[in-house]
Amino acid sequence: MKKEIDIKKFLANNIVPIIFIVLCLICIPLAGYSGQYLVSQIITRIMRNSFLVLSLLIPIMAGMGLNFGMTLGAMAGQIGIIFITAWNVVGIPGLLLAAIIATPIAALLGWFCGKMLNMAKGREMITSYMISFFMNGVYQLVVLYGMGPVIPLHSDQVILPRGYGVRNTIDLINVRQSVDNFWSLTIAGVKIPLLTIILIALLCVVIVWFRKTKLGQDMRAVGQDMEVAREAGIKVERTRILAIVISTIFAAYGMILYLSNMGTLNTYNSHSQIGMFSIAALLVGGASVSRASIKNVFLGIILFHLMFILAPQAGRELMGQAQIGEFFRVFISYGVITLSLVLYEIRERREKAESAKAIADQQKEERA
Amino acid sequence: MQSVSKEYNGNPVLKDVNFTLKEGEVLGLVGENGAGKSTLMNILFGMDVIRQTGGYGGRILIDGKEVKFASPLDALKAGIGMVHQEFSLLPGFTAAENILLNREPENKSVISLVFGQRANTIDRKTLQKKAIDAITKLGVSLDPDMLVSEMPVGHKQFTEISREISKSSIRLLVLDEPTAVLSEKEAEMLLKAIKNLSAQGISVIFITHRLQEILDVCNKVIVMRDGRIINELDAAKTSIQEMAKLMVGREVASSSREKEERKLSDSIIMSIRNLWVDMPGETVKNVNLDVHKGEFLGIGGLAGQGKIGIPNGIMGLFPSGGSVTLNGKNIPLGDTRACLDSSMAFVSEDRRGVGLLLDESLEWNIAFPAMQIQNKFLKKYLGGLVKWRDQGAIESVTKKYIQQLQIKCTSSKQKAKELSGGNQQKICLAKAFALEPKLLFVSEPTRGIDVGAKALVLQALKQYNRELGVTIVMVSSELEELRQCCDRIAIVTDGAISGILPASTPSEEFGILMVGKSMKEAK
Repeated sequence: MKKEIDIKKFLANNIVPIIFIVLCLICIPLAGYSGQYLVSQIITRIMRNSFLVLSLLIPIMAGMGLNFGMTLGAMAGQIGIIFITAWNVVGIPGLLLAAIIATPIAALLGWFCGKMLNMAKGREMITSYMISFFMNGVYQLVVLYGMGPVIPLHSDQVILPRGYGVRNTIDLINVRQSVDNFWSLTIAGVKIPLLTIILIALLCVVIVWFRKTKLGQDMRAVGQDMEVAREAGIKVERTRILAIVISTIFAAYGMILYLSNMGTLNTYNSHSQIGMFSIAALLVGGASVSRASIKNVFLGIILFHLMFILAPQAGRELMGQAQIGEFFRVFISYGVITLSLVLYEIRERREKAESAKAIADQQKEERA
Repeated sequence: MQSVSKEYNGNPVLKDVNFTLKEGEVLGLVGENGAGKSTLMNILFGMDVIRQTGGYGGRILIDGKEVKFASPLDALKAGIGMVHQEFSLLPGFTAAENILLNREPENKSVISLVFGQRANTIDRKTLQKKAIDAITKLGVSLDPDMLVSEMPVGHKQFTEISREISKSSIRLLVLDEPTAVLSEKEAEMLLKAIKNLSAQGISVIFITHRLQEILDVCNKVIVMRDGRIINELDAAKTSIQEMAKLMVGREVASSSREKEERKLSDSIIMSIRNLWVDMPGETVKNVNLDVHKGEFLGIGGLAGQGKIGIPNGIMGLFPSGGSVTLNGKNIPLGDTRACLDSSMAFVSEDRRGVGLLLDESLEWNIAFPAMQIQNKFLKKYLGGLVKWRDQGAIESVTKKYIQQLQIKCTSSKQKAKELSGGNQQKICLAKAFALEPKLLFVSEPTRGIDVGAKALVLQALKQYNRELGVTIVMVSSELEELRQCCDRIAIVTDGAISGILPASTPSEEFGILMVGKSMKEAK
């Protein structure tokens, strides 16, 4: 009896990853890719995305939900990349410089976002989502009109022929895969970029360590109950702002790694897509609005991107159209986010119903 | 600790209160709701509320020196700890983490030189040790690694108390009704813990409604009523009856009042069987109650015992179960619409939240439910396809109630939020009256309104009951008020009805019923 309930509970709590595992299992034979190809693709995707997805963990810990404002960090990262491309700084030093440029921008944007979210307690997710739209406008203004005349950049590679504004796509030949190629191994035809792995592992260690710090403990406290935390003397507002600032800075670094791996910058689109895909990946890994772990990050990236690799090919095999896969990709990301948000509410309500049931049971016992 | 005396001016809630407390002494503080116990403790604890409402008069002396606390933090520094009625714990943290919240021992590291103090890691081992120290000091069994969300209520209470005593300077601990939520066994453990603390030289002020507990642990008892200390008793020499009598008091005032005994109709309009309600802080369990047709039934009891939960549960505002029949018909629980459809109405204790549309006019507030539920005040066109509001009818009904209940307002179009509390309450009543219910629930109708308005509200309810024969069930914390209006009064203790007595019964007996479990022992 007890076991039955446990299985039911397990299914209910992990419904999203389970759906994805089933979908992937169906698609693998349909797409007909070789195992080696799939493994190397997934490794690439993990390298590309894990830093970004990891950056989402800290705000969840502080009870602020999914940080849709990570888009702000991505913008900061892109600005860093634009600068180093224009200045022609190559390789790893170039990426380091990009990170140095991006850090203060990300910190400032994160501080702004955190301030706003403190004014909208309880509605953090929708607020951060809207802030990212709003800041997208500011970003476009800066990149489209500011770069050139106001911010002196004079590289043909970056600036449009008219003399101001950044090109739609920038080829990042200078820094393409420079981290991945710095130190890598090839095992059975699969390239393993060791330095990238080390960087990601380092971030995981940092996050584990962070949970153990006083600040991490304070964040968990604030995340559970702001009033109780405040009574105990924790500076609630400051802690929340810090959570967003840290997340935004990590997102900026993540974006820089992502772009160097991709090799091209889509100046006006990359950042807005990346937020959505990172959040969807985390949720596919079984995270919820209030709980997420490193395990969720990696499981999520593997499942979500496996789906992405398989879907176009499966679509072509089934319908004769690869387009259907691309359609599927967007549809799935929004669907997963919606599903997770709804499930979260349902779970809360179920817990409430359970507390009512406990009273009913107690009454029965007392009467018996 | 010597001579603590204080008075609270402006709105006199406390008048000339004096008492002293010795080191290691356990002081019991009893009194009805609103007697001033909480205000007294708020002053002692330097709560913000007190300062915002104009401070207090008199002096507090600790070790012979006068102290003035500007904030609870100051009080903490002086060694005063308080455990409130509501838990302030983090559900996802373990007992140990909660006990040392924001006072966690830290490991110093190089990184914190760069990133500041908060980058220090927490020293789990010391944290564990300190928590266990506090728990042993309290003398209870509590697993420091257990998550608060998985704890029974008693353990949460122990966690809370452990947190206070883990503060190194603690000398005086204030416990505000710590046993209210505990089972008998847990309460016993807690009482033992209090004795332990007192033996270690920590003084305790123990607020409770369970008088037996006072006799068990306290050295002396202070009985408060209407903001005064009525008597200071030696716990060893007093009895439950004596305390109950002092608590409820008002012998003179109540006996002089004229009593009208009415014969109750035999037919039962509503019968409640095995009702439970999950309303936070007002849990109801196993309530069985019959309401006679045309009677004015009072439901009394101390705060947090569940009396408010009864009407809220029946009307479907909180999850509930059991069976309720009205005129022999079963009422589905949790379905507010069905309750209203079967001509019940409810005046909520949450005036501003549940009772009123604050931003709408008085007309709207009064007419809205009747319009929504009974299709009143509507003009029908095209055979009922199109319904328009009947503005004329709405206006006239509003005017009628404004006059009848003497509602002070500039016009019937004024917004509800602009009225005073008393007048808002009258609007709530008018709203319920406009539904013309057969059975009316009224919850705390006089809470937070002034004496004049109180009398009017009660008068209106009484008139409504006597003249129109509407059955009224009124929940109130003020026993006197119930005794004035009601035919019978049911007292709720620990979520269940502990007794139903005619309103003419002397108040001591109600007092004994309120303290519940000790009733049998008292007799």
